[in-house]
Amino acid sequence: MEHEKKTIVDKIWDLCVSIKFAIVLFVLISVTSIVGTVLEQKGEPSDNIQILSKLFGESLAPHLYAVSEKLGFTDMYHSWWFTAFLMLFSLNLVLCSLDRLPKIWRLIKEPMKPMNVEQLRKLSIQREITIKGKPDTLKNEIKGFLKLMHLNCAETVGDNGYQFYSQKGRYSRLGVYITHLSILIILVGAIIGVRFGFKGYLNLPEGETSSMVFKSEEQEFPLGFDIRCETFQVDFYGNSDMPQEYRSWLTILKDGKEVLKKSITVNDPLTFNGITFYQSSYGMIPNGLERGVFLFNVASAQSEKTVLNLRYGDTFQIPNTSITGKIINFSPAFKMDEHGHTSTYANQMNNPAVLIDFSEDGKYKFSGWILKRYPGTWILPEGQRVEFNDYWGVEFTGLQVRKDPGRWVVYIGFFLIAIGLFIAFFTSHRKIWVTLVEEKNNTRVIVGATANKNKSVFERKIDKMISFLSKKQEGGK
Amino acid sequence: MNSAVFFGLSTMAYIFAMILYITYLAFRKQEVGILATTITIAGFISQTSAIFLRWGEFADLSGMGILKSAPLTNLYESLVFFVWCLILGYLIIEFKFKNRSFGAFVTPIASLMLAFIDLTGVSKEIQPLVPALKSNWLLAHVTMSFFAYATFALSCSTGLMYLILTSKKRNEGSYFFWTITFGISFVVLVAMGIDLLAFKVAVKPDVFIQSYLFKASFLNPSTTIKIISWVMAFTTGILIWRYGLLLNSIVRKFNVTVEMLDEITYKSIAIGFPVFTLGGLIFGAIWADQAWGVYWSWDPKETWSLITWFIYAFYLHGRLLKGWRGKKIAIVAVVGFVAVMFTYLGVNLLLSGLHAYGSG
Ligand code: HEM
Repeated sequence: MEHEKKTIVDKIWDLCVSIKFAIVLFVLISVTSIVGTVLEQKGEPSDNIQILSKLFGESLAPHLYAVSEKLGFTDMYHSWWFTAFLMLFSLNLVLCSLDRLPKIWRLIKEPMKPMNVEQLRKLSIQREITIKGKPDTLKNEIKGFLKLMHLNCAETVGDNGYQFYSQKGRYSRLGVYITHLSILIILVGAIIGVRFGFKGYLNLPEGETSSMVFKSEEQEFPLGFDIRCETFQVDFYGNSDMPQEYRSWLTILKDGKEVLKKSITVNDPLTFNGITFYQSSYGMIPNGLERGVFLFNVASAQSEKTVLNLRYGDTFQIPNTSITGKIINFSPAFKMDEHGHTSTYANQMNNPAVLIDFSEDGKYKFSGWILKRYPGTWILPEGQRVEFNDYWGVEFTGLQVRKDPGRWVVYIGFFLIAIGLFIAFFTSHRKIWVTLVEEKNNTRVIVGATANKNKSVFERKIDKMISFLSKKQEGGK
Repeated sequence: MNSAVFFGLSTMAYIFAMILYITYLAFRKQEVGILATTITIAGFISQTSAIFLRWGEFADLSGMGILKSAPLTNLYESLVFFVWCLILGYLIIEFKFKNRSFGAFVTPIASLMLAFIDLTGVSKEIQPLVPALKSNWLLAHVTMSFFAYATFALSCSTGLMYLILTSKKRNEGSYFFWTITFGISFVVLVAMGIDLLAFKVAVKPDVFIQSYLFKASFLNPSTTIKIISWVMAFTTGILIWRYGLLLNSIVRKFNVTVEMLDEITYKSIAIGFPVFTLGGLIFGAIWADQAWGVYWSWDPKETWSLITWFIYAFYLHGRLLKGWRGKKIAIVAVVGFVAVMFTYLGVNLLLSGLHAYGSG
C-alpha cells in the first residue's frame, strides 16, 4: 500500500497541507516585502530611480526601474502576485489546520487509560523510587500530591498494587489552532475594510460646515450628515514652538439639528455612523485674514472688561476713555530681532500677534504689537488692557476620515490571537501515571508522565514530589 | 542625585562586570564569578533606579501624569531599556541554569550599546512629546517590543554559540554562516568606530549617525579608501573563517551543552514571539489606528516588523519539521535577530537615507 503511486491531486493536497509550504510562503512574502520597503510605494518614478541609482549606480537604475515597474514592485502590496501569496498563505493555513484538527481532537477527547509498567517506562518523563511501607499507607499521600498539582486522579487496582493517573490542560492543544484561525479572521477583517470601507480627508475651516469629504483631489464622498468645526486650537510646550496638543471642537448635524458635540485630539477621534474623524493636521487658510474674527477683552485702568469681536481693519474704542485702536497688521508667527525688525517665521499660528494703531481724540498716539502668548504685551503704557484671546476663523483643522466596517473583525482577531498564543506557549497538556507496586514490606513507586510543552517545569514538580517521598522515608527510619 | 548619575554608574558596572566575566571564563575562579554577578546586579539596580528617576523627571517636565511619561520615547531611552531587559534576561538564565559563562557574551553587548550611546552622541535630552506619541498603547507597544527584542538578542547569542560548537568543518554551510555573520558584525562595528574617530573627534558635527555612517570607509568619496576598506573587510572575513575554530575551543570552555543552548534559544523565542506579536504588532496597530485611522499601512517600519515576525514563525514551524532541528534552525534564529536589528536601527538609519521623507 505504501508504494502505491500518488496521483497529482494527492501530491497537490500534500503540498497544500504541509508546513514546508507554509515556510516557503513565509520566505516568499518576507523577501518580496523587503523590496517593497526599499522602493517607494506609489512614489514618483524619479524618486525610485534615484533610490535605485544610489544602490546600483546611475547606469543600471532606469533599467532596473523599468523591470520593477513591470513586475509591480512599485505598488507591490496591491499587485496580483502579492495578493496571490496571501491567498495561498490563507489556503495553506486553512487546509493545514483542517488536515490536523481531527487527530488533535481525538488526542483531546481520548480518555486516559491505565498503563502497565513496561509502557510507563517508555514515556518521556519517568522516575522510580522504593519506599518503606505498604502501598495502602502511601495512597492518600500520592493523591494529595496530585491534587497539589491540580490533577484530579482516577484510580485502578491492579494485580500487585494501585495506579493513579490524571491529565490536565487538554485544551492547550487547541491554542495553535486558535492562533491560526485568528490570523485568518484578521485577514478577513482587512478584506472587508478594503472592500466596503473608504479613506478620505477633509480640511475644515473654523466655523464652517461640510456634508462631504474627499477621497482624492477630484473625488468627493457624501457623508449623509454634516460636520462643523467650531474652533481649533494648538497648545505649545511653554513658549516653545513644539506642539503639545491640537484639538478641534466638532459638531455633527443631521437635518440641521445638532446631534453630537465632541472635541478631538490626536489619539482621541470622533465616530459617527461608522465614520471616524481623526485629528491629523492643521494650517492657516490661504488669504483668510478677512474672514477671521479677533477676540479681545479690553478694559481701561478702572473699568470692567468688555468683550470685543473685531475684524481685520476694524476700529474699536477702549471703554471710558477716548482712546481708539485700529487693527492694521497681523502675523501668525511673530518674531522681532534685537534691532526691532519684525518678521513672520512660519505659516502657522505659533505666535499670533496683531499690530494696532492707537489714537486719542482722533490724534495718532502710538502703534504696538500685541501678542497672544505674552500677556506682558497686553498692557498699554497708561494702564489700559487689550487682551488678545484668539484670532478665530483663519485656521483649518485637517481631518483624516475613515470608514472601516472590517475593523471590529480585525480587533476580534487581535483578541483571539493573544489568547491563542498564550494558550499555545504558556500552557501545556500534562499526563501522569503513578503506580504503586508492593515489594516485600516496601513499595516501589513508578512515575511516568508526558507534557507537550514546558516539559522541564512539569519534571521539576514531579521531582519535588519524589524528593519529598524519599525524605519522608529517611525520617521514618 | 539625578538619573544621569545612576546611568553612568550602571554603565561602569557593566563594563567592569564584562572584564570580570571574561576573567572568570579564563581562570574559572569561583570568587571572580561571584564578584562579577554581584557587580552586574548592582549595575542592574542602579539602572533600574535611573529609569524610574528619569520617569519622574519626565513626568514633572511634561506634566502629563505618570502613566504617559514612561521614558521610552526616543532612541536613547529605548536603547537603555533594551540593555535593561537584556541584563534581566541574562540574570534569570544565570540563576536558572547555574551557569555564568554567558555573562562573558552578554555584558559586552550591554557595555557596547551603552558606549555606543555615549560615543555617537545620540541625544540624551528629555524631549517633550509630540501629540501622536501620547498614548498608553504606545507605552505598552514600546515596552513589550523591547522586551521581545531582548529575548531575541539572547536567542541570537545562544544560536550563534550553538553554531560555533557544532560546526567543525571549514567547508560546512553552517560554518560559513557563522563566520560570515561574525565577520560582518565585526567589520561594521570597526567601520563605525573609524567613523567615530574620523568625524566625531575630528569634525565634531551636530548629527552623527545619519550623515556620516560609513563615510570614513565604504562610502568615502576617495576611491582608494573605498578599495582599501573593501579589501580589509574581505581579509578580516577570511581570517575569521580561517581561525574560527579557535572560537570553538573558547566556547567549549563555557561548560554548556548543545542541548542546553538549543533549549535556551527555543525558550527565549517562545517567550519573545507571543510578546512581540501582541506588543509589537498588535498594540502598534491599535495605536496607529487611534492616531491615524489605519492599523496597517505597509510603511517600512511596519513591514520590517512583519518580516521579523515571519522569520520567527519560520523558526517555530521549522522545529516541527524533521531534518530541520539543530544547525539549520539555529541559523534561522540568528537571521531573526538580524531582522530585529534592521527593524530597529536599519529602517531609521539606512532606509531613511534612501527615501526622501527620511530627511525630516
Ligand atoms: C504567520 C502565520 C503563522 C503563525 C504566527 C503561526 C503560529 C504558530 C505557532 C505559534 C505554532 C506553535 C509552535 C510551537 O508549538 O512551537 C504553530 C504551529 C503549527 N503551525 Fe503555524 N502559524 C502560522 C502559519 C501557519 C501556516 C500557514 C500553517 C500551514 C501549514 C501552519 C501550520 C502549523 C502547524 C501544523 C503547527 C503544528 C501544530 C503542532 O503540531 O503542534 N502555521 N503555528
